[in-house]
Amino acid sequence: MTTPTYTRADFQTDQEVRWCPGCGDYTILAAVQGFMAGMGVPREKIVFVSGIGCSSRFPYYMNTYGMHSIHGRAPAIASGIAATRPDLSVWVVTGDGDALSIGGNHLIHALRRNFNLKILLFNNQIYGLTKGQYSPTSEVGKQTKSTPMGSVDYPFNPISLALGAEASFVARTIDMDRTHTTEILKAAHEHQGTAFIEIYQNCNVFNDKAFVALTGKDERAINRIDLVHGKPITFGPAGERGVIFDDGRAQIVETAAVDSSRILVHDQHRGDPTIAFALSRLSHGPYGPTPLGIFRSVRRPTYETVMSQQLADAQGRRGPGDLAQLISSAGTWQVN
Amino acid sequence: METIAPPLEADKNQTDHPNDRLTVDKIVIRFAGDSGDGMQVAGGRFTDASAYFGNDLSTLPSFPAEIRAPAGTLPGVSSFQVQIADYDILTAGDAPDCLVAMNPAALRTNLNDLRPGGTLIVNTEAFDERNLVKAGYKENPLESDLAQVYRLIEIPMDTLTKEAVKDSGVSGRDVLRSKNFFALGLLAWLFNRPLEPTIDWVETKFAKKPSVVAANISALRAGWNFGFTTEAAKTTFEVRPAALRPGTYTNVTGNTALAWGLIAAAQCAKLPLFYGTYPITPASDILHELSMHKNFGVRTFQAEDEIAAIGAVIGAAFAGNLGVTGTSGPGVALKSEALSLALNTELPLILVDVQRAGPSTGMPTKVEQSDLFIAMFGRHGEAPLPVIAIPTPAEAFDLAIEAARIAIKYMTPVILMSDNHVANSSEPWLLPDVESLPDISIPFAVSSNGGGHFLPYERNYETFARPWAVPGTAGLEHRIGGLEKEAVTGNVSYDPDNHQLMTDTRAWKIANIASDIPALEVKADPGAEILVLGWGSTYGAIRATANRLRNRAKPIAIAHLRHLNPFPANLGEVLASYRTVLIPELNNGQLRKLIRAEYLIDAKGLNKVAGEPFKVAEIEAAVLGLMEQAS
Ligand code: SF4
Repeated sequence: MTTPTYTRADFQTDQEVRWCPGCGDYTILAAVQGFMAGMGVPREKIVFVSGIGCSSRFPYYMNTYGMHSIHGRAPAIASGIAATRPDLSVWVVTGDGDALSIGGNHLIHALRRNFNLKILLFNNQIYGLTKGQYSPTSEVGKQTKSTPMGSVDYPFNPISLALGAEASFVARTIDMDRTHTTEILKAAHEHQGTAFIEIYQNCNVFNDKAFVALTGKDERAINRIDLVHGKPITFGPAGERGVIFDDGRAQIVETAAVDSSRILVHDQHRGDPTIAFALSRLSHGPYGPTPLGIFRSVRRPTYETVMSQQLADAQGRRGPGDLAQLISSAGTWQVN
Repeated sequence: METIAPPLEADKNQTDHPNDRLTVDKIVIRFAGDSGDGMQVAGGRFTDASAYFGNDLSTLPSFPAEIRAPAGTLPGVSSFQVQIADYDILTAGDAPDCLVAMNPAALRTNLNDLRPGGTLIVNTEAFDERNLVKAGYKENPLESDLAQVYRLIEIPMDTLTKEAVKDSGVSGRDVLRSKNFFALGLLAWLFNRPLEPTIDWVETKFAKKPSVVAANISALRAGWNFGFTTEAAKTTFEVRPAALRPGTYTNVTGNTALAWGLIAAAQCAKLPLFYGTYPITPASDILHELSMHKNFGVRTFQAEDEIAAIGAVIGAAFAGNLGVTGTSGPGVALKSEALSLALNTELPLILVDVQRAGPSTGMPTKVEQSDLFIAMFGRHGEAPLPVIAIPTPAEAFDLAIEAARIAIKYMTPVILMSDNHVANSSEPWLLPDVESLPDISIPFAVSSNGGGHFLPYERNYETFARPWAVPGTAGLEHRIGGLEKEAVTGNVSYDPDNHQLMTDTRAWKIANIASDIPALEVKADPGAEILVLGWGSTYGAIRATANRLRNRAKPIAIAHLRHLNPFPANLGEVLASYRTVLIPELNNGQLRKLIRAEYLIDAKGLNKVAGEPFKVAEIEAAVLGLMEQAS
C-alpha cells in the first residue's frame, strides 16, 4: 500500500483552534502537522491521545484518530492502544501538570515499559487552563495565584526524570525553533520504543518569557547548548564554551582553558545513562546554559513486540485456543 | 427429604455391626488447620473425588487475611468447607457434620460451627503447650468433655505421617507436609470416597518431584488404612451419586468460570480480548487464569495502578478490542473517573467487581455485597451504566458473555459484579456446547455515515449506540473525549439544549436495554404470599431456603436478579403480585433501597455484614417470622 502524499492542510481539522493568540502551542501544532505530512504514515494509522490542559486540546486539531481523555491518564490509555495495535503510530500530547503532577505515575511506567509511544510534553512551567497556578516545573519562589508568597516546591527536571525512569529515547526542543522540533519529531518517530520529548512552550498569558534565556536574541547564543550526536559539546557565539565530564558530573568550561580532547563528544547511543543524566543536570530549568537535542536514544525491545511474541509462541506450542478443550481442562465426569 | 447425618445414637444402635456403612443424602465437611497445613488442597481433593463419584456439591473456602500469619495462631487458620449430596444442593451447608482440626487454633475458631453429635477429628500432637497458648486455651480442650458432645477421633497424625513417608525420599520439614493427605485418606475411608482421583492428581501435580508423589500417596493410603484397621469410627458414611442433568460436568470456581467466560465472550464477539488490571484480592485469580491462555490471543496487562488498568482498557477498546478490567471495591473507587470517560466517549468495556468486605481495605478475603451502590451511582455527573450480578460460580461463564453482548451492542461500559463467595467457591458445571454459544459480534464502522464527513455520534436507530470506528479505518478519522459532544457530529459543545439532549440520550440508551434482557423468572408455590428477592451470591441460600419451606408445606416464591440496571421489564409486575417482599443481602439494604425508590413498595430486608454468606437457617427464620406476622 502506498502512502498518499499529504500536505500540512491534510492534517488540519475543521475545528477552530482555541489557544490564546501568541501561545507557543500554535507553532508546535504547525511543526507536527508539517512533519506528519512527510512522515510516510497514512493518516488513519495515526492516533493522538491527550490528557487535560491547554496542550491537551491538541487532538481536536489533528485530522487523525484521537482522544482527549482525562487528567494525567493519556500514557495509560495510549499504552492500551499500543499494546494491542502495533500497526498504529501512537502519540501522546501532555503538559507539565498533566504528565508530571497528576499523571506522574503513568508517565514513568510508560517510559520503563517502552511501548512504541511518542510522548510530547509541552512544558510551560505553569497551569494555563486553570488560570495560573504554579506547576511541578515552576521554579522555587515563583509567585502565582496559588503561591502569593512564592512556591515552596522544588521542581522536577523532566529530562532527569525520564532518564531515571529508564526511557529509551529522551530529547528536548523548543516551540520557537521549528526546524529543531521537526528534527526531533523525526528521530522520535524512527525510534522503536517510547520517545520522550520535552518541548519548552511559552505561555504568553500566565508565564511569558519563561524561556527567554533560550529564545532572546542576545541570550540565545550564550545559553543554547545543542547536543549533536558525534560532535563535541561546545556552545557560545564562537564555541568558546564547552562541556567536560569531570569529578562525576558534567561541567561547563572555557574551551580554550582545557585540552580539546577533554571536551565531551556527544554519544546519544551510549547504553549507560550516566553521561546523559549528567548533561540533564547542566541546568535545572531554562535559566542559563541549557542543552537541547537528543540526550539518549538506545535500542530496547518494545513491550508490544515481546507481548505479541509470547502470543505467537503460545500458539506455536499449544495451537490456537480451543474453547471446548479449555472448559474441560480441569477434569470432567459424565452424568448419564 | 433432607436428613442430617446420624447423631451419636446412630452408633449405639449399630454396635453389633462395626464399620457399618450408613447411607445419607448429604454431608458437610470442614477441613481446618494452619495456613501451612494444606487444608485448601485437602478440601479441593475431597471435592474432586466426590465430583467424580457423582455427587452434587458446593464449596466454601476461607483464607486467612495474612499471607504468612504466624504458625499456630488464630489469624493463621485456613479452612475449606464442602457439602456433598445425592440431590441438587445450593450451598456449602450451614453447619459441618464433620470437622478436621489440625491444631488448637483451628479447633478454637471452628468448633462452634460443628453440629452437636458431629464427627471431630483432631491431630493430638499439635495440642502441645505452645500451640495451646497461641490459640488462647488455658487448658487442653481434648481433656475436657468434647467426647460427650461429638464423635471425637484423636490421632497422633505427626507420628503416623512420619512413619508412612519414611521410605519416600522426602526429609526434614517436608515430611510433615504430607499430613493433609493422611487426613484426606482417613476421610476417604470414613465417607467412602475413591482414592484414585486423588492419586491421579498427585501424580500429575508433582510429576517433577517423585519423592513428593510417593510421600503424599503413602500418607493418603496410611490415613485410609488407619481408619480401616483401627475402626476409628463405628460407622462410615456414604452419599450416593446425585441425579444431575445428564451431560459432561466439571467442578469450577467463579473466578475460573469468569475468566473462561471472558475468553468465550471474545470469541462470540469476534474480537481480541484485552484484560488490563492491577492485582487485588479476590480478583487476581482472573488475571492468573487469563495470563495462561495467550494461545487464545488473550493479552493481559498488569498495570501500575487501578487507574492505569482501566485507562489501558479504554485505549484497547478505542483500538477495537474487547476490553475488560477486573478489580474489587477499592479499585472500583479508583476507576470511577475513567469509567465516566468510557461512558461519555461511549466505548464498550467490562468492569468486573469481585466484591469483598469494606469500606477501605476492610476484610479482603471475606464476602460482602456492599458495592451495589457504587456500581449504580459511583460516578460524577449523570452517569447510568448497565449492572449485572453473578449468582453462582458456573453462571459467571454465561454472564461474562452477556456483559460483553450488552457492552458492544450498546457501546457502553458494563459493570459485572461477582463477590468473594462466587469467586472462590465451586460447584459442578454442566459444560455448554461451545458451538451453540451466541454470536454477539457487531461490525465495526467501515464507511462514512455522513458523506465526506464521519459522524461519530450518529446513533443506531434501535439501540442508540454510536458507531465503533477503529483506528486504521481510512476516512473515519475522528476525535472523541471527555468534553460534552454535540449530538451527531461529536464536536465539542457547551450548548445547554445539547447537554440536556445528550444526558437524556445516554440515560435512555441504558434504560432501553430492559427490552433486550430476559424477564425475571419467579419460582412460586401455589398460594405463596411472600416473595424472596435476591441478587448475586445469596442465590444458593435463598433457593435452599425455598426447598426447606416447600418441604414443610409453607408456600414461598423466589426470584433472583441478574440484571440490576436496568431491571427486567416485568419486575414491577412481579413485586406487585406478592403481599410481602423480602430482600436478603450481605449489606445494609442497598437493593432494598433501589426497589423501594423505584417501585414504591415497602420491601423488607434481611441484612448481614459479617464477612460470611447467609446460612440457610437465617433466611428461613426471617421468612417464617414474616409468615407468622401475617397470620
Ligand atoms: S493559557 Fe497559556 S498555554 Fe494556555 S492557551 Fe493561553 S497561552 Fe497557551
